[in-house]
Amino acid sequence: MAQVTLNKVVKKFDQTEAVRGIDLDIADQEFVVLVGPSGCGKSTTLRMIAGLEETTAGEIVIGGQIVNDLPPKDRDIAMVFQNYALYPHMTVFENMSFGLRLKKFPKAEIKQRVERAARILDITELLQRRPRQLSGGQRQRVAMGRAIVRNPKVFLFDEPLSNLDAKLRVQMRTEIKKVHQQVRTTTVYVTHDQVEAMTLADRVVVMNGGLIEQIGTPHELYHTPKTRFVAGFIGSPAMNFLPCRLVEHSGALSAQMGGGLTLPVPAERSATYRSYLNRDLIFGIRPEHVTETRSYGAGAEFTMPVDVVEPMGMETMIYFVVDGAEVCARVSPEAALQPGERMRFMADMRHMHLIDPENDGVIEVPASARVNGAATAA
Amino acid sequence: MSDTIPRTAASGNTAAAIARPGSLYRMSRQRSTIAFLFALPLLVVIGGLIVYPGVYAMYLSTLNTRMNRFIGLGNYTFLFSRDTFWMVVEQSCLFAITAVIFKALIGIVTAHLVNNLPSKGQRKWRGMLLIPWVMPLSLSTLGWRWLLDPTYSAFNWLFAQVGGPQIGWLSDPMWARFSAILVNVWFGAPFFLIMYLAALKSVPGELYEAASIDGATAWQKLIHVTLPMMRNIISITVLFSLIVTFANYDIVNVLTAGGPRNMTHVFATWAFQLGIASGDIPLGASVSLFMFPILGVCAFFILRGVRQRGREI
Repeated sequence: MAQVTLNKVVKKFDQTEAVRGIDLDIADQEFVVLVGPSGCGKSTTLRMIAGLEETTAGEIVIGGQIVNDLPPKDRDIAMVFQNYALYPHMTVFENMSFGLRLKKFPKAEIKQRVERAARILDITELLQRRPRQLSGGQRQRVAMGRAIVRNPKVFLFDEPLSNLDAKLRVQMRTEIKKVHQQVRTTTVYVTHDQVEAMTLADRVVVMNGGLIEQIGTPHELYHTPKTRFVAGFIGSPAMNFLPCRLVEHSGALSAQMGGGLTLPVPAERSATYRSYLNRDLIFGIRPEHVTETRSYGAGAEFTMPVDVVEPMGMETMIYFVVDGAEVCARVSPEAALQPGERMRFMADMRHMHLIDPENDGVIEVPASARVNGAATAA
Repeated sequence: MSDTIPRTAASGNTAAAIARPGSLYRMSRQRSTIAFLFALPLLVVIGGLIVYPGVYAMYLSTLNTRMNRFIGLGNYTFLFSRDTFWMVVEQSCLFAITAVIFKALIGIVTAHLVNNLPSKGQRKWRGMLLIPWVMPLSLSTLGWRWLLDPTYSAFNWLFAQVGGPQIGWLSDPMWARFSAILVNVWFGAPFFLIMYLAALKSVPGELYEAASIDGATAWQKLIHVTLPMMRNIISITVLFSLIVTFANYDIVNVLTAGGPRNMTHVFATWAFQLGIASGDIPLGASVSLFMFPILGVCAFFILRGVRQRGREI
């Protein structure tokens, strides 16, 4: 059990800077997910915490001790690899007990620890098998078991689910969450899958280009993204972005998109946005906030010809084009029309975002002028 | 009616005519047939160059010296009664086993060293270390003969400069045996190096990272990860090298020609000496056939281990 702190950590490979000075505080027992596109430096960061990569600058602190110069074995961490990295010539029991055997633990304790971990992961009957005889999901469990028996200060997961099929991935995700609830150990988890990040994490760290874009709870990242990157990365389907100009008509602000679409800005946001009047900005809104017109709830209505229809079962995605940019709307299946037909949409402007293209930052709105995801009723 | 019969007969004929090439076509399309056809050139080569001479050698070994009378196992009983034969058995085993052990050890150490070199210089070293193996063996052995020659030995000259002893590299029986093994190790170690290097590179890097996190030292990684992962390659390389070393001819022939006092003869050189040089072809054939059961037993055990591990991993 331990805190993990990263202080201005930098990693350079020859000339390229993979990690460009990041600060991160991870509390004891916290489950933190590093998420970002490939090449954003998330795996490198994890490997630096593990000690598999040296840090170029900055310091890493685990449990109050600076570990920069400690080899992996002295950092008291356990890691689960993407390809499991099980020793193919050892049985499951031997794989799980390898670290303990190297540390010369008494045989009885090794047996007891392995059996306990096997019970937690439900792999007791596999202990005498070899990795080759296991399915992908079972190998994943063994890899986790190997980490659990060590009883380390920190668990590190490096994209552990990306080699599993979609169904198994969802199942193992729940499994990992369950294990963390039982064995409350500080966990750092790397993934490129934002759904994994949202479902598992106490806090999510979104990384891009070797820098941290934003750190926050899944809820914060989803509803109050700080940058255009986070706004676009978190959420599926992704947030719609449209170039717009902020204009004023008789005291009320509105966002003027291309193609003749103008949507009114909620009055409570006027004070915040007024300084951006007549500036070119980017308007952002999530698909679930563009719907068919509904008798309940408030919103700005407009009509657009339907371009593409994607039925998903419980909802239908409808795409339409505004001045060359595709916009996705999430409508109820009964309300969906056919491509080419003109459909009446409603945008819930209380969930709109405005992005300043100069710094790609989302213009911050005070909490009083925001609605949270849960409180949608006016 | 009269014209219906010939028509059916004709159609029956066409059906049969189609069926015959059809079945031939089907047969030619079968995987086993295709596999056989692809393997056929090799089977012809093996049959012509290995099976036929092998069987012929067995036949020859049952004849008398003038090859005009069948004497059964007479040549073998004669060999068993000769001290030189048992010396050749001993020398062949000593030569092959010692040389293979040293080749394997040197191969594994150099493979590790080369593998740990930065990738930039690695190719250069790999190329240079392979030179002994790619040079024509008789040529390089000639070079060694000059280094070890009783009169002109370069090594002895060097020793003389520092006041060391003068050694009869090729004239003293024990040193001659040593020299033959030394040259064989020099020639064969690069083969082990390249095989082990390939095997080392095929071990997933993640296993070493997992082992580092599990707390393994470099030595423990070698014992618990590298060697178990390479066991099959090591076995097969050792088997292959054992066969080639056991059957070695050029080194001993060029270096010592079996001398002094037949002490450095191995099966192949002694068989040549008896069969071709001394003209007793049946006796030479009997000697050469002795390699077969010895290597057969080695191959059986090594390949059985490989198969078992193949099932495990």
